[in-house]
Amino acid sequence: MPEEAVGTVIYINGPVVKAAGMAEASMMELVYVSEERLAGEIIALEEDVATIQVYEDTTGIKPGMPVFRSGSPLAVELGPGLVGQVLDGIGRPLTVMWEKQGPFLRRGLQVPTLDRDKKWPFVPVVSPGDEVKPGDILGVVQETPLLEHRIVVPEGAAGEVVRIAPEGEYTVTEAIAVIRTDGGEREITMMRRWPVRRLHPLKERLKPSVPLITGQRVLDVLFPLAKGGAAAIPGGFGAGKTVLQHQLASWSDADVIIYIGCGERGNEMTDVLRQFPKLQDPRTGRPLMERTILIANTSNMPVTARESSIYTGVTIAEYFRDMGYHVALMADSTSRWAEAVREIAGRLEEMPVEEGFPAYLPARLAEFYERAGYGKVAEDRYGSVTIIGAVSPPGGDFTEPVTQHTKRFVRTFWALDKRLAFARHFPAVSWIDSYSEYVDDIAPWWEEKYGVDWKGLRQRALSILARESELQKIVQIIGPDALPDEQRLVLHVASMIKEGFLQQNALDPVDRYSTPEKELKLLELLMHYEERARALVRHGLPIYRIQGMKVNRLLLTARHEIHNDKLEELEKLREQMDAEFDALEKEVVHPGEVKA
Amino acid sequence: MVTAGRRVYLGVEEISGPLVFVRGVKDVGYGEIAEVVTSSGEVRRGRVLIVDGDRAVIQVFEGTGNISTKRARVRFTGEPMTVKVSEEMLGRVFDGTGRPIDGGPPPMGGEERDINGSPINPTSRLYPENFIQTGISAIDGMNTLIRGQKLPIFSTSGLPHNRLAAQIVRQATIPGEEEAFVIVFAAMGVKHDEAAFFQESFRESGALENVVMFLNLADDPSIERTITPRVALTVAEYLAFDCDKHVLVILTDMTNYCEALREVATARGDVPTRKGYPGYLYSDLASIYERAGRIQGSKGSITQIPILTMPNNDITHPVPDLTGYITEGQIVLDPRLHQQGIYPPIAVLPSLSRLMKDGIGEGYTREDHPNLANQLYASYARVQQIRNIAAIIGEEELSSVDKKYLRFGEFFEQEFLNQGDANRTIEETLDLGWKALGLLPVEELPRLKREQIEKYYHPWG
Repeated sequence: MPEEAVGTVIYINGPVVKAAGMAEASMMELVYVSEERLAGEIIALEEDVATIQVYEDTTGIKPGMPVFRSGSPLAVELGPGLVGQVLDGIGRPLTVMWEKQGPFLRRGLQVPTLDRDKKWPFVPVVSPGDEVKPGDILGVVQETPLLEHRIVVPEGAAGEVVRIAPEGEYTVTEAIAVIRTDGGEREITMMRRWPVRRLHPLKERLKPSVPLITGQRVLDVLFPLAKGGAAAIPGGFGAGKTVLQHQLASWSDADVIIYIGCGERGNEMTDVLRQFPKLQDPRTGRPLMERTILIANTSNMPVTARESSIYTGVTIAEYFRDMGYHVALMADSTSRWAEAVREIAGRLEEMPVEEGFPAYLPARLAEFYERAGYGKVAEDRYGSVTIIGAVSPPGGDFTEPVTQHTKRFVRTFWALDKRLAFARHFPAVSWIDSYSEYVDDIAPWWEEKYGVDWKGLRQRALSILARESELQKIVQIIGPDALPDEQRLVLHVASMIKEGFLQQNALDPVDRYSTPEKELKLLELLMHYEERARALVRHGLPIYRIQGMKVNRLLLTARHEIHNDKLEELEKLREQMDAEFDALEKEVVHPGEVKA
Repeated sequence: MVTAGRRVYLGVEEISGPLVFVRGVKDVGYGEIAEVVTSSGEVRRGRVLIVDGDRAVIQVFEGTGNISTKRARVRFTGEPMTVKVSEEMLGRVFDGTGRPIDGGPPPMGGEERDINGSPINPTSRLYPENFIQTGISAIDGMNTLIRGQKLPIFSTSGLPHNRLAAQIVRQATIPGEEEAFVIVFAAMGVKHDEAAFFQESFRESGALENVVMFLNLADDPSIERTITPRVALTVAEYLAFDCDKHVLVILTDMTNYCEALREVATARGDVPTRKGYPGYLYSDLASIYERAGRIQGSKGSITQIPILTMPNNDITHPVPDLTGYITEGQIVLDPRLHQQGIYPPIAVLPSLSRLMKDGIGEGYTREDHPNLANQLYASYARVQQIRNIAAIIGEEELSSVDKKYLRFGEFFEQEFLNQGDANRTIEETLDLGWKALGLLPVEELPRLKREQIEKYYHPWG
């Protein structure tokens, strides 16, 4: 904690404050402005004048007020007690702030991220005399029923365990181990402090090869994301970015979820806080909150802390990754973060390049997305950070700088289409503009696990959709009835795929999450339908007979009528479908003729 | 320099647009209020935007006309801009900065509050989930308004957005609750007759006693508009969270507000982004729109209905665009429907209520509501596609199903949307929705559950 004032405020312009007498300070150092101790970070130094971005409202700050140094960069506290928390952009727990301040946020409150008094049940896994190195597990804390918090050996602490705490309850600041390192004996507590702006590298980076299963059919089957990969969700307002991000946070098969509400609506965070303790993880049946950490810097909270919220979030993600967990991080929205960067740049009178953004915007975006990755964290443990960033392009125009630069650094692109949203086709993921570069990397996983030609199935669905989109251009000119029946069948099947497979109702208790088995079976069923219908149409069956089949409505409603654990009903549906096709077949295929 | 009452007057160094530059200041804080006294003794208020050593930049709310560098004097109050809030403000009319203009004295008592308020801690919010019945089918059925929501009306010149807002104010009720809404009305740069229209409408419905009006009219100083919504919302927060009232806030016209903000930004040389608006327009609008909702420990609520006119009816213009990113949906008005004489001319497809999902359905409105709304959306979207095709190949060439869609579209617009001043219950709205769907064959209604079809679906026509 800073004791003596070193600098003096000389200039205030919104969140940007300049202070003189700061010759000893260093770039990115955390400082405190005025007796109220408003946290800020040094973002420029010129002779003895430091430019500081202040994380809180600066109203009333005057020239002559003191500035205190902390001696270290902005960092976040890590340890047991993070899970289930709601933190602001600089890591302060908002529930504690509410208790202390009431419902409105007031500035100048300093609260540590981790509760200093709470005792955690620690179980050691090493013994005195063991040789340990960074990354090894010293002991574990069952933080929530869903998550075992692993206390690992910090960087630079290789050596012999001199002392390890016996099983018992400890606070995060009590020593739980002593390690004899080359530099002497070192006490280890359960709490760490990591600077947020620095990448914490993976021990060994590996190629992502396992999909992040999201339970969202259009994503898992058509545009998959790998664990350790990065994806972007661009979409204009009302296209459903936030609902999709909430779906991902709810149903993704990650061990830890970090959800960053960056410059978004306050009620959205409230919604997560209200829902997640009630929603159950489909794999364990436990409340989702037991694996979730929220970072909330809503649109009306200080813009500078919005800028840092992204880094606070990804640093926490790396911390859990190093325990050997798969972490999925959702940032909603990276555009608001980019705007915060722009606002600070503007106040520093930096040269704007595109749309007022500074020249280093792409570099900042790259730094962030590169913190995603999959790899080895210790001899026998693997971990990953998957990053999913929402992008809010002004006017829904994807050619704007944030969308364009983001595209360069992510390999899965889920483009949301406003026209789909208007027709309440949700998730409004465009099958034309979206893509995934992980398809080949994860195809073997699907084949090994489910014995299905996932890639082939996916390709068939995509080509039908692509053909439909071509045909629609003709339909706009001559109408659908002028097309030959085989082409009209493409339109018909494509609309079945859209309504019966791609659409997914986030509010429907059955439909909102599909197991991979259901995803595969449903699409297989639709492809089987297409195959049989095509054969009949080729034999001259009029298209209206296909359009009038009884099974159509059942196929379209299967996604919300058939539960994940009652997939045998899909088998029955298939039999029913085959029976109906068989009957139609008798009309057009004469005995002895070879079936297509 | 610091003297009792801080009655220190300083000369003006430079004037540029709405900004006044002062040198020689001491002990002046960022954001505090300064008073500029003109040579004729008139006092104008302004806010400190930048403090640079002994120099300060002040944004003057009431305009810088008639301020001279030689004779004007500036003094600093040491306080941020405040407004005195009390329940006595109900039934009164104030100017855009909170001074009474209805001939009455300033309200007695009350306490001074910073007009900038403080952000609500997201963990202390209560999620809004009470359905507000506005009596308007396009809203109640398709874009339901929820108590504590911020739901703007996106309009354009010549459309009846004022009539719609007045109708919502008149008809808004929570079914099963007696208590009426209290109205806080803030006008930014609106014409005299528009303000008079609202006043008349409040009077007719007998609501005037429950209304606080803040009027910055078209010929009032434009910079003053940058504080009007903040003054209004400070009063609204007091009424909602201190007095436990349900407050409905009408803010009109937010486009005028944004233009005033742009004027200040340009004068101080901020980096312009789209259409010359400053990069912080999003954050600035959020500091207004986020002052809505419910908080734990208070029975009151703030529901916001901002109105904005889209220049050139362009929804991608920065003002509607950034608004839509912050608010919980939008009600979009459509000139095409208006020309056809349909009132209210609500374009349901681009309209949206994000909080609808939590305030409708079983236990709120009726169990079929979510799926019914979903199906109406999907079917009406299909109507638009078929109309496009019909425009090219002619209606006769359409398939019989497509023709049914056109009839459905016609009924939906003429009967469901078009309702004039009628005040419909939610049941009437939902039943009318089912009647419209009765024009379509059941195969075309996959978004409805089997049991809902059995209960409500009656094919006709």
